[in-house]
Amino acid sequence: MNAATAEAIPAEPRAIVEVEDVSKVYPGGTEALNHVSLDFPEGQLTTLLGPSGCGKTTLLKIIAGLIPATGGEVRVDGKVVTGPGPERAFVFQDFALMPWANVLRNVAFGLELRGVARSEREAVAESYIGQVGLKGFEKAYPHELSGGMRQRVGLARALTVNAKVLLMDEPFSAVDEQTRRKFQEDLLELVARERKTFLFVTHSIEEAVYVSDRIVLLSRRPSRVSQIVEPDIPRGDDPEAIRRDPAYIDTVEEIWQGLKKYLDEGV
Amino acid sequence: MVIGKIRVPLFCSLIIWAALWEVVGRSGASFIIPPLSAVFARIVEIVPTATFAEALWITGKAFLLGNAIAIAVGVPLGVIMGRSIIADRVFLPWVNLFLSAPLTALVPVIMVIFGLGETTIVMTVVLFAVWIIVLDARAGVRGISPSLVEMAQVFGANPWQAFGKIYIYAALPEILSGIRLGMIRAVKGVVIGQLLVSIIGFGRLFELYSSRFLMEHFWALLFVLFAFAFTLNEVLAWLERKVDYYAAARH
Repeated sequence: MNAATAEAIPAEPRAIVEVEDVSKVYPGGTEALNHVSLDFPEGQLTTLLGPSGCGKTTLLKIIAGLIPATGGEVRVDGKVVTGPGPERAFVFQDFALMPWANVLRNVAFGLELRGVARSEREAVAESYIGQVGLKGFEKAYPHELSGGMRQRVGLARALTVNAKVLLMDEPFSAVDEQTRRKFQEDLLELVARERKTFLFVTHSIEEAVYVSDRIVLLSRRPSRVSQIVEPDIPRGDDPEAIRRDPAYIDTVEEIWQGLKKYLDEGV
Repeated sequence: MVIGKIRVPLFCSLIIWAALWEVVGRSGASFIIPPLSAVFARIVEIVPTATFAEALWITGKAFLLGNAIAIAVGVPLGVIMGRSIIADRVFLPWVNLFLSAPLTALVPVIMVIFGLGETTIVMTVVLFAVWIIVLDARAGVRGISPSLVEMAQVFGANPWQAFGKIYIYAALPEILSGIRLGMIRAVKGVVIGQLLVSIIGFGRLFELYSSRFLMEHFWALLFVLFAFAFTLNEVLAWLERKVDYYAAARH
């Protein structure tokens, strides 16, 4: 994609995912979410950030249709969510790859379930395997790959089904630090190229500020939206420059100050 | 095993026991224990005979058919129990009951229902093998990592696809271990069934040999069965180790 199409995106994009007054009480009485209302603009990467156990993964899984909300509703592309759907794909924290299937079959699995012919789905899968940098590993099995490479497989699988919304549940948390940085850089590139909507869950402030267009801060359990930050950081050609940008450092500090009070309350 | 500073292979203990058996056999202490060498000579003698081949054919048929039924019923039932709490509540007490029950006592009941024929033997094999298969398949499915189940849901798998493409494979190490244990029980089942019915297969041969005090023949037949069960166990255990990484998501 070139710069011209990127500019064609309107300044105020429509909300592709709408979360309206969603609550979640787990059996046993644990209240994870308390009347959360949120919009996720199309074509942007929005991060859900908050302290551990604050219900951010719960919210992501409700949007995915994996767990039902106790109250309220979620609409994706205007349709009320009652379960998983083809317009949403998910990237799992622990990769969720099939150990008995090679990279090619894992990546093509979403299309396999939809009944796409083998040659066709493998062609699509191969192109995404190349895009995430795993060319040459098509026949490898997950246990032969490093953690970072496994998550690339998970990412390619989510891209292959061509969903409008990509839900990512702490995708880099099981990956070592160096790999993680490279991943974050690749993700920025991916967001710019794919023009999809990304919903990203993390507990790392730096990661959130680095990759996000918008950051939603969630409070402690039962979660509410405590703050929405839109980092105004120039994303140039050099991914390293972002980490040195004063705006990046200031935003990290601002969010840290915002989150710190929950930690103080929690102690 | 290390004695002193010398590594002694495990099968050496077998040689000692075999030697002891031979000595006791040759001393003529009991007609029940013929010399081991004579038993092995009998194995070579009876295995090529038509009587043995026929008994093997009948026994093998019942054994394989019974196991096939036990697997075809046991694996899906176990998977369903592992995935559905209702199915689990309905079937688990029965599975546990039959797993620990003295099943031999039930063989006469099967005889009454199915008559004195091969069907009874097949059903006895099923009765012995199926419960551990159910229980292991259930354990395997319960051990599948939740994210793999969620993955199937997110990418739109219907229940059949989830069953055939995810659950069976993810639970395969446990399912195979259930089948292995089930087959060992099935060896007991087929012999007990044939002994109680006593007119077909190896059961008839056992009956024949023991009633005529042909102890060398009797032991020879038993050794063949031992060897069969042992080989079966080893082959399946090897298969199990080969697919162990299927469960890698759990480790």
